[in-house]
Amino acid sequence: MLDPMPCRRIIGLGNRGRGDDAVGRMVAAGLRGRVPEGVHVIEHDGESAGLLEYLYGADAVYLVDAAVSGAAPGTIRRFDVLEEMLPALPGSASTHALGLAEAVELARALGQLPARCFVYVVEAGSFEVGARLSPAVATAVDTLTARILEDIR
Amino acid sequence: MTHKTIKVNYLARVEGEGALRVTVRDGVVRAAELRIFEPPRFFEALLRGRAFAEAPDITARICGICPVAYQMSAVHAMENALDVHVDGPLRALRRLLYCGEWIESHALHIYLLHAPDFLGYAGAIDMARDHPETVRRGLALKKVGNAVLSLLGGREVHPINVRVGGFYRTPTPQELAPLAENLRRAREAALETVRWTAGFDFPDCNRDYELVALRHPQEYPFNEGRIVSNRGLDISVAEYNRHFVEEHIAHSTALHSRLRERNRYLVGPLARYSLNHDRLSPLAREAAAEAGLGPSCTNPFQSIIVRSVEVLYACDEALRIIEHYQEPERAAVELRPCAGVGYSATEAPRGLLFHRYRLNGDGTIAEAQIVPPTAQNQPSIEEDLKTFIGDWLELPDAALRERCEQTVRNYDPCISCATHFLNLEIDRA
Repeated sequence: MLDPMPCRRIIGLGNRGRGDDAVGRMVAAGLRGRVPEGVHVIEHDGESAGLLEYLYGADAVYLVDAAVSGAAPGTIRRFDVLEEMLPALPGSASTHALGLAEAVELARALGQLPARCFVYVVEAGSFEVGARLSPAVATAVDTLTARILEDIR
Repeated sequence: MTHKTIKVNYLARVEGEGALRVTVRDGVVRAAELRIFEPPRFFEALLRGRAFAEAPDITARICGICPVAYQMSAVHAMENALDVHVDGPLRALRRLLYCGEWIESHALHIYLLHAPDFLGYAGAIDMARDHPETVRRGLALKKVGNAVLSLLGGREVHPINVRVGGFYRTPTPQELAPLAENLRRAREAALETVRWTAGFDFPDCNRDYELVALRHPQEYPFNEGRIVSNRGLDISVAEYNRHFVEEHIAHSTALHSRLRERNRYLVGPLARYSLNHDRLSPLAREAAAEAGLGPSCTNPFQSIIVRSVEVLYACDEALRIIEHYQEPERAAVELRPCAGVGYSATEAPRGLLFHRYRLNGDGTIAEAQIVPPTAQNQPSIEEDLKTFIGDWLELPDAALRERCEQTVRNYDPCISCATHFLNLEIDRA
């Protein structure tokens, strides 16, 4: 008998109306239609309890968000959540009380992390209301889209 | 005199950014100021010139946690201006939508934001390690609230199905049936939540608030009623500005509200509960009694029990609405734009949310006024801190800071509505 199709999710987080905060959603949009069967591409605002739902019941989850750490805008970092705790990611411009890092750590505390879980963050330059992606972050979208396609193969 | 200043860069588990500054001199609390430094967001100015029908979708953007409240106050105020009354199943569906928001918003605050204070955890993640089943129960409860929002609102955050006059599409009774299954389970979880929170330790901190909430002849209030208080206020919503005033305060970018005659007041779960205890469903009332609550509650730390009772009520009420629901012939009543002024107040999870609009003859908005609950409660939050901190000054700084944070979290303040939150400075001589 065949194994059921493994469920994998790519979740792009952020707000399309807040400059570089849109980066996760832009990566998700760029991946839509280009991923293998069984991989679901989702855009999400980053609210933690809702996000937690998407961490359940998946074999692998790939999360993409903006961050502010002081690095150069457009810098991409990748975390293997199973290997390490996520640093606090204060760069998420969401006004919700809990964010991506809290959702992932809550899932870990509840023993409900997927077997594979990766977080990609792109250093943001600006969260200006109504602005487009800054040039360095727009370039990072292409790089990261290619990188994730590679990672999910 | 030596001064010691304690600073915390960010106060977690409240919505938004701001700062709290507490000044202590010779063992006496001289001042407790909540400074809100997020720039004002000019929503009221943004609404001017827009069509009346756009108000629910624009104002929903003020808050990602209580968008339904903004939509409800907006549609009711517009209908009031256009002299239209929405009744029957459409009105019931609005209450059902509000039930979803209360369940979702209260469950988030009770389980992930507030309970860790009572159980001695830095946050929900630490609490989840020791109490995973409890946190799962809270998340499941929240999920049912979200399901109500998704079904009626079209999506979980910033619902898009609400319009002035009703909805864009109404659900069939068959579509609501699976929701009822979930709500029955949620009602059980809500009952357990009341029992769980009732077992926490509460400081003996009763306060002499003027409590302000809506009161309706039959219902525990969501969408309509008169504005009443425990000091004799009893006015129609249209009289709001005659009795309440908003003022600019030097230390905050959010406006402070006060009663013209008697100054500060309290809105939100404690006020709603204390003024409408007799309007709760029998199940919610019994659970409150079992939890040790009387017909009124003025200890802000016990707001976590009151929120739990309100979640239970919301589950019960949602089930009652679904049971009696018949799909209306039309999803919305017809509207004709005309000049006029409209008022509305509805009960957001955090308390009374007042909207007033003046419309031009073509239905565009000439003036908008929005008074969110956190702006109304800000003077009471400051007064709580001033009143309570005196007894806690012997505590080490870290414990004192935690108590102050908890005192602010009692209100589930939504600073991004009132405008964002929080640094804490304690300046001791």
